[in-house]
Amino acid sequence: MARKISDTRRWGFTILAWGVAFLIFFPILWTILTSFKSEADAIASPPKFLFFDWTTQNYAEVQSRSPYFRHFMNSVIISVGSTLLGLLIAIPAAWSMAFQPAKRTKDLLMWMLSTKMMPAAGVLIPMYLLFRSWGLLDTRFGITVVLMLINLPIITWMLYTYFREIPSEILEAARMDGASLKNEILHVLTPMAVPGIASTLLLNVILAWNEAFWTLNLTTSKAAPLTTFIASYSSPEGLFYAKLSAASTMAIAPILILGWFSQKQLVRGLTFGAVK
Amino acid sequence: MGSITLKQVRKSFGDVEVIPGVDLEIHDGEFVVFVGPSGCGKSTLLRLIAGLEDVTSGQIVIDGQDVTQAAPAKRKLAMVFQSYALYPHMSVRKNIAFPLKMAGMPADEQERRVQHAAGILNLTDYLDRRPGQLSGGQRQRVAIGRAIVREPSAFLFDEPLSNLDAALRVNMRVEISELHKKLATTMVYVTHDQVEAMTMADKIVVLRAGRVEQVGSPLELYRKPANRFVAGFIGSPNMNFIEGEAAARMGAHAIGVRPEHFVMSTTEGAFAGTVGVAEHLGSDTFLHIELDGGTPIVARAAGEFPVDHGDRIWLTPQEGRVYRFDKNGLAL
Amino acid sequence: MATRHQKTLARLMVAPSVLLLLGWMIVPLAMTLWFSFQSYNLLSPGMEQFIGWTNYKYFLSDPAFWTAMQNTLLLVGGVLVITVGGGILLALLLDQPMFGQGVVRIMVIAPFFIMPTVSALVWKNMFMNPVNGLFAWLAKAVGAQPIDFLAQYPLMSIILIVAWQWLPFATLILLTALQSLDSEQMEAAEMDGAGTWAKFTHLILPHLSRAITVVILIETIFLLSVFAEILVTTNGGPGYQSTNLTYLVYSQALLQFDVGGASAGGIIAVILANIVAIFLMRMIGKTLE
Repeated sequence: MARKISDTRRWGFTILAWGVAFLIFFPILWTILTSFKSEADAIASPPKFLFFDWTTQNYAEVQSRSPYFRHFMNSVIISVGSTLLGLLIAIPAAWSMAFQPAKRTKDLLMWMLSTKMMPAAGVLIPMYLLFRSWGLLDTRFGITVVLMLINLPIITWMLYTYFREIPSEILEAARMDGASLKNEILHVLTPMAVPGIASTLLLNVILAWNEAFWTLNLTTSKAAPLTTFIASYSSPEGLFYAKLSAASTMAIAPILILGWFSQKQLVRGLTFGAVK
Repeated sequence: MGSITLKQVRKSFGDVEVIPGVDLEIHDGEFVVFVGPSGCGKSTLLRLIAGLEDVTSGQIVIDGQDVTQAAPAKRKLAMVFQSYALYPHMSVRKNIAFPLKMAGMPADEQERRVQHAAGILNLTDYLDRRPGQLSGGQRQRVAIGRAIVREPSAFLFDEPLSNLDAALRVNMRVEISELHKKLATTMVYVTHDQVEAMTMADKIVVLRAGRVEQVGSPLELYRKPANRFVAGFIGSPNMNFIEGEAAARMGAHAIGVRPEHFVMSTTEGAFAGTVGVAEHLGSDTFLHIELDGGTPIVARAAGEFPVDHGDRIWLTPQEGRVYRFDKNGLAL
Repeated sequence: MATRHQKTLARLMVAPSVLLLLGWMIVPLAMTLWFSFQSYNLLSPGMEQFIGWTNYKYFLSDPAFWTAMQNTLLLVGGVLVITVGGGILLALLLDQPMFGQGVVRIMVIAPFFIMPTVSALVWKNMFMNPVNGLFAWLAKAVGAQPIDFLAQYPLMSIILIVAWQWLPFATLILLTALQSLDSEQMEAAEMDGAGTWAKFTHLILPHLSRAITVVILIETIFLLSVFAEILVTTNGGPGYQSTNLTYLVYSQALLQFDVGGASAGGIIAVILANIVAIFLMRMIGKTLE
């Protein structure tokens, strides 16, 4: 836009936008600030915004009360594991749907997406009972497989839209150049698809990290990721604002940072390429 | 070696028959151009030869070997695509070397061949760049480089110049022709542009709706078009067709005269008409004329010809340059 | 457009994901269906027997079910209205020229990355708590009586929390769509004498329709199964005031151990979701062409 914008207009929008953005961000900021307060400062009235005795005591206490690090590792293993597993299954499927589309490919994709719409409540009981009889309750393996399954449609869709943007002539060129299917995937398709695969991976790690139906219902302690760990603070004995904030900050920090870095890819991925 | 023979090759997508049955003989070292309007099946025919599509029935023989069921890589053909289809994540060097790497050639031999190809194509300074950093013409040359390093028995070109601007297109046309002279390898070239066909081909195959309308050298097609379609397609500007009484007098359903085969006069001639638009180019003059019967005619005069909008003009076809066609469009 | 050999291979490569999803859908669903016709309580194992439609009759005549239905629709609808409406406004604001747009974007997108349990706990304790929450302090500061949000307006409070989580998503997608609006088109409209409002209704909104569809589709998928926010804040209460279908099935099964009744509820939830899904799929099917 080559139009000239007056400085007053620009400053007006700047102030308005910063104000609104600050309000939206405030709960997170407040949580982070509170995590550095003493419990007394945390519930002080009037509230203390910046001028309090900064302390990292809460972080130490959270760790000693419940092994934060173990839950953190559970979250990492479950979210990354389920995403990688999903990619392993979805990449070949998306590849063939993008490059060898059949008449029913569109319907197949629609059907996959529709499985996402099945309410978790409809299958909670059998899953719970099956998990119980297979001894999978509260195991990392069990919850990883479930999260892989619930995110598989999204992974497949995202990859499909990314793959479709790779011109099929390039793959034909590789075939003419004598590349076997293995080499075609290894040397041509994969390098070209890496950006798309990476953003699919990121988004699904975020979704799996924050998933809070199956993790809450199928894990309790040993395999519990951070979602379950944090939920344990909802009981009255956990009502210490500073410690709650410290635990929360630790639970959201990794994904918040990851998310900020990948917000561009995120939009494209989440809309299945429907919004450019 | 690079002779290609198609025997009754048919191709249908589902119920739609795209190629109803083509017989064609391409000799070693020939430059063959498939030309026709879009949707005529010329690209499909090329892709059948390449092995990128299965033939529905018929046989494809390359150098005496039946390759109808062979994978693309086994046919010893190289292809240059319309979009160039360069690998965007590889440098120019790696792009050119890719087919050699796939063939398991030792690295030093790969490098030698890449250097050789780059020398021929003026790409030596660009070997470490990515395709995204090159101009259209350079990308085109990389695509050709990738094809020639394999020393294939034949090259396939699928509308390789259609993404280039007009000036570059003329240059690349000449470069590809020179390359053909230098390598003396069979080339099969698909285009919708009859100028490319006329300037480059040893042999032109004119296609319409999947059928071969005529096969011949450029001048054969120009001089003796087999039917009205070929007559109208080959030559620029297009041939003029006159139907009705004037044609009947010559014992034909329609007669055709090329724009360059009219003798023009401001006083007398066989057909009288009025000038609509006059394009004075200096070297040539193109006149868009409406004959008195209403038939539109384009005529070309060499050099300058001083008439303008609204002027009366008379046209006379040159002796022996009138083509006669019957009701079905076949030449008489 | 390819050879037969490749087509066979392609089918093989799709197979694992299709089979997995098929299994994931059919096996538990069949089990739920089976349980829904059984009298089956985890507390009295070995007493299972076929009881026909009793579970459904029981579930459908339970006033809690109708409350949960209503709450589910209110929750989905309320959050959609807030996020789409607010998202459009925010996107329009962020599209204006300003200083520090990058930082503003980062602040606005942040709530999307917060796990539901964390945001529910933070809102519940640090903002909506009637004694120590910031809202209570604000109320007292202006001399008003603090409100116990989660006790007095439980569903509205949950809608607010969930909307806060999804507003960034809507904003970001609408903003992306907005930025692809052809500026020449806008200038042409100005030349034609279109005012700000006319430009908004005739150019911007139609341009955003595709993005709005996508937002509605994706949010609905996730909003139909809101669970953690309810579990952490109100446990569905007081009474059933903030219970949605998902939570009702959960409490029936894992708190009251009534597998049969919960399964009937699950099946009903599936049927409802399918009605919504058919409608939505039509919508997105058209949009994605």
